[in-house]
Amino acid sequence: MQTADQTLDEILTLAAAHFKVPREKLSPDADFFKALGIDSLQTLDLLTRLENHFHVELPDYELQGVTDFRTLAGKIQARL
Amino acid sequence: MLDLRQYTCLGAALRDALDRFSSEVCLIEAERDREKVRLTYSDFKEIALPLARALEDADYDAGDRAAIIMTNQSKWLISAYAIFYCGGVLVPLDYKLTAAEHLQLLAHSKAKVLIVEYHLWRAIMESPDFQKIATKIVLVTEAPLGVELAGAFRWEDFKRKGAPDFVMRQKDDVACIVYSSGTGGRPKGCVLTHENYLEQCRALTAWYPFWPGVRYLSILPTNHAIDFMVGFIGPFVCGACVVHLRTLRPEFVRDAFVRYRITYVSLVPMIVKNLERGLRAKFDELPSWKRGFLNAMIGTNRLLTRRRPNVKLSRMLLPNIHRGFGGEVLALIAGGAFMEPSTMQFFYDLGIPVVNGYGLTEAGTALTLNDLKPFRADTVGKPLPGVELRILNPDADGVGEVAVRSKTVMSHYLDDPELTLETIVDGWLLTGDLGRFESGGHLQLFGRKKNMIVTEGGKNIYPEDIETVFDGLPVKEYTVFAANYVWPKKELGRESLVLVLRLEQNQKFDSKLLDDISARNRRLHDFKRVSGYLIWEKDFPRTASMKIKRQVLAEEIGKSISRDAVVEL
Repeated sequence: MQTADQTLDEILTLAAAHFKVPREKLSPDADFFKALGIDSLQTLDLLTRLENHFHVELPDYELQGVTDFRTLAGKIQARL
Repeated sequence: MLDLRQYTCLGAALRDALDRFSSEVCLIEAERDREKVRLTYSDFKEIALPLARALEDADYDAGDRAAIIMTNQSKWLISAYAIFYCGGVLVPLDYKLTAAEHLQLLAHSKAKVLIVEYHLWRAIMESPDFQKIATKIVLVTEAPLGVELAGAFRWEDFKRKGAPDFVMRQKDDVACIVYSSGTGGRPKGCVLTHENYLEQCRALTAWYPFWPGVRYLSILPTNHAIDFMVGFIGPFVCGACVVHLRTLRPEFVRDAFVRYRITYVSLVPMIVKNLERGLRAKFDELPSWKRGFLNAMIGTNRLLTRRRPNVKLSRMLLPNIHRGFGGEVLALIAGGAFMEPSTMQFFYDLGIPVVNGYGLTEAGTALTLNDLKPFRADTVGKPLPGVELRILNPDADGVGEVAVRSKTVMSHYLDDPELTLETIVDGWLLTGDLGRFESGGHLQLFGRKKNMIVTEGGKNIYPEDIETVFDGLPVKEYTVFAANYVWPKKELGRESLVLVLRLEQNQKFDSKLLDDISARNRRLHDFKRVSGYLIWEKDFPRTASMKIKRQVLAEEIGKSISRDAVVEL
């Protein structure tokens, strides 16, 4: 099974590619709304992409209150 | 539909609807693309009555309050009906609030019963203030077997055999307590009567009726006044069907339109704009000849429907677009926040009218609505039947505060007579919104008189409610303002909050303070955050009881500092 750091790194890479933001501009503790310039609906788009990549399913409520990549990675890692 | 004039309470109207439309499907619930529940009105009754009987046996009496904290799903409506059946008062709470906020409002509302989804109950149990909870009966839905529930019951098991006694309520009895704000400061619990809801339902269905076969997609939270009315009471008293989708993922929302051949849906501007963005991206991908043909069809549709919508014609002219929405959409109902006219026009030109309106929790669901005769993207429509609106102290342009008198206006704010007296004056509810009537009788809005913002997601945010997150900030004093309150601009949209800081003498604004502010700001939900800050060089004006004179301070700041001076966070 992959490590939490690997999961986090993959999330940052996927988010950067999906929203066309330079990877180096994204840090694990960054607020992804601000770093990616997205609203909560676009965040759901990102979540779907991450689910497809990691083959997990996260209910919408799991994302409630989550605003940084590290916490998001933790939620996904817990389901791997 | 039922003739609502003969009813004195929601429970009685719903009870008759369940019998009258017994074989019609009333609820469909889907988890993404997987349908989980499909109930007829008769099935709904069979599930709700044993719950009502169990509540009755647990000494839940007429007038007792019961809170619901749930995402949109069938158990929300079933529970609400059981509460009304027992003559109870429903307290619908926003599931997006934090556990601490839920506990605060549960205490304020003095709810005897709480019905809550497991993941939300888990968060409440983990809250430091959990021990203070005074709610006597807690029913938890969808709890995994064997988990600790801290004395709560499993909703699915909370049922008793035997017919419960129906408790009739009168028109002026309280039906619901709906919080319009106040989680961080002064809770504003709008006390709404059965008459408020029955009148609102009559007015709305007079213009936009439901009927058996109509399918309403319920996306806005059911605790929100719009979905409670348009996604529960309205469809039920007309025998229509409500579709619950337990996700807001755009791809599943799109799929649900087609799968369930949706007729109506209520959406906040953020979602409508997301749909627009998706459609525009698809249009841009078309080869130029197809794009040209599409533009021609859109232009033709616009021309032919300029006086009134013609759904059949629009479906013929733009079949692929309408098929993408399931082929049976009559209108998108927009509410909760400011909707950009260009977005509404975009959809109208496709033959999918966006019905815009204006309302506030204190006055029921809606006060005005676009009647599409003809479609107007630049207004919030005309007053609904039974709604009297007037503009107070209009300026040279006719713009003033909107006041309303209607049977849909709330009774009072819960346990706050002072605020009630300030808000309802001589029978007129002062909305705090600025507007004017234009010649066609349509209301146009131009901003707010009050210090608050409404987000694109339809959330009302009062600065006082979020200031507590900055408690202990190492500065002399601080406050939060709605930017448009400080710098009025006579328009709606793009609203934001500003943190105003008064530093200690000789204190420098350094990166440590900035980090502190940013960290605190991030503790707030994304839609509640302040977007920038400014440094104010004078002490805040205060009352004798040391409260900040917000209006005076806002005026002083507005006069001496430009909006451009706000530093983005």
